[in-house]
Amino acid sequence: MSKKLTIEQVAQLEGYAKAIRSSIVSMVTEAQSGHPGGSLSATDILTTLYFAEMNIDPKDPQKIDRDRLVLSKGHAAPVLYATLAERGFFPKEELLTLRKINSRLQGHPSMKDVPGVDMSTGSLGQGLSVASGMALAARLDGSAHRVFTILGDGELEEGMVWEGVMFAAHYKLDNLTAFVDFNGLQIDGPVSEVLSPLPIPEKWQAFNWNVIQIDGHDINAIYDAIQQAKTVKGKPTVIVATTIKGKGVCQMENIADWHGKAPSREQCELFLGQLNDLEVGV
Amino acid sequence: MGSATREAYGEILKELGKKYQDIVVLDADLSKSTKTAVFAKAFPERFFNVGIAEQNLMGVGAGLAAAGKIPFVSTFAMFAAGRAYEQVRNSICYPKLNVKIAATHAGLTVGEDGASHQAIEDISLMRSIPNMTVIVPADAEETRQAVTFAAEYNGPVYIRLGRMSVPDLFTTDYKFELGKAVQLMDGIDVTIIATGIMVASAKEAAEELLGLGISARVLNIHTIKPIDKEAIIKAAMDTGAIVTCEEHSIIGGLGSAVAEVVVENSPVPMERVGVMDTFGESGTPASLLVKYHLTVNDIVIAAKKVISRKK
Repeated sequence: MSKKLTIEQVAQLEGYAKAIRSSIVSMVTEAQSGHPGGSLSATDILTTLYFAEMNIDPKDPQKIDRDRLVLSKGHAAPVLYATLAERGFFPKEELLTLRKINSRLQGHPSMKDVPGVDMSTGSLGQGLSVASGMALAARLDGSAHRVFTILGDGELEEGMVWEGVMFAAHYKLDNLTAFVDFNGLQIDGPVSEVLSPLPIPEKWQAFNWNVIQIDGHDINAIYDAIQQAKTVKGKPTVIVATTIKGKGVCQMENIADWHGKAPSREQCELFLGQLNDLEVGV
Repeated sequence: MGSATREAYGEILKELGKKYQDIVVLDADLSKSTKTAVFAKAFPERFFNVGIAEQNLMGVGAGLAAAGKIPFVSTFAMFAAGRAYEQVRNSICYPKLNVKIAATHAGLTVGEDGASHQAIEDISLMRSIPNMTVIVPADAEETRQAVTFAAEYNGPVYIRLGRMSVPDLFTTDYKFELGKAVQLMDGIDVTIIATGIMVASAKEAAEELLGLGISARVLNIHTIKPIDKEAIIKAAMDTGAIVTCEEHSIIGGLGSAVAEVVVENSPVPMERVGVMDTFGESGTPASLLVKYHLTVNDIVIAAKKVISRKK
């Protein structure tokens, strides 16, 4: 039997996710630009990875045998920064410097600037290949650490993704787990209307990946899928996580326009109030 | 005639593989042509064919480097610098990852494959990316030393290699130094600055000019970036005229890089021998060099012209 989270652990993780969501809304508002929608949709995945799964040390961010995360959908930088700050990699106050001149917190993640960021990303389609290289290195070194990457569903429209999908399966990178943050929306509208990447699970299956489908806001499901991936040998795993863009802020949920728009200060107050009212552990 | 720089690449890579366990080699279905197959045979466990997928080639290289490996990634210059340009920029150079891009079959001398495979823009593309080092070796020995340098240097490097055999210019006594021009001949009337396969022709041109009573200095600039400003400025001051020679577009390559230094520091007349903003075509390497004006004679003509422009 693989490990399970206790009810207390789940409640604690939901608490972290709530705090991270509030940070996302605050920092994007302060920056008056950025990508809140896809940050909020990926929050529960990053929370579970950084608080319940990954072997990392905020005091030693470059630790050689650490698990790694490549945020291939780099525009979701706010959720990565908020998670790293919540986890203690740098002070939370710094989050309000997002996208400002001289800040370490670039609009898209820069590994040379921010402790805990394992790869610079932002130009879509490139993260899976990089994560594959990291997974290959781990195998060459005989190290048991694992590599995670998070892709957007719209990102699957990038041809390079499929080069990476082929590569990871061909080299049987079973220490690699990819997430697809399947929120169904991209800048110009629903992914199914802009240029449909559907059906997603079947495509990855056809490329010889182990495919798991979950509700991407169910902490237990996320955690269980990660554990299941570890038991699969000879294949990389993709976790297709159905999510809601803007999750947690009802005015933002499922609205493509919130892909890359900052709330006004008044909206921010309202959204933070909503997030504050979210119940955890229910 | 010596061997092709790509041949030297394959051999030295195998030697370096013995010395450095962290060297990992990637290729995109061209290992027999790029000569990474030599390494693959010696170290199959450290060689990975990514198939015909150059964007992924660069991405996997970046990931390996981020995890402490020293990846050498190879394909034709067209695909390394052209197709995968943005991966090189964003996944390798922006985070300054330790990836070595050894791109073969650069320039017109790819020959019969024609314009689609003749990269004449790669120097321009690669040198404009921050954090990138760009090296264009002139012969086998310089290639061996440049590749060794790249293996031991921490940061992205683009090494431009050719398909066809080139004369040996250097012996094992030669010492490659990054960013240092190599003076092959001294002269007072003009300086011929060349890179890659054009270095041998530049030397030959200078010898021919000597017979015409013209004394030419010849500089081999193997490092396009960081370029040897000091040697270029000195050449401008000492000889008052410069000719650049490259198997590359005259836009953005060696000629442009030299011109940038010259106009800012010591303006003198310049002529650029290179591909004149046009695509190549199929043909033997030799016939292409003639048709596209990259011969010894073209350098001689350019030298005379630039001297006539001196005040």
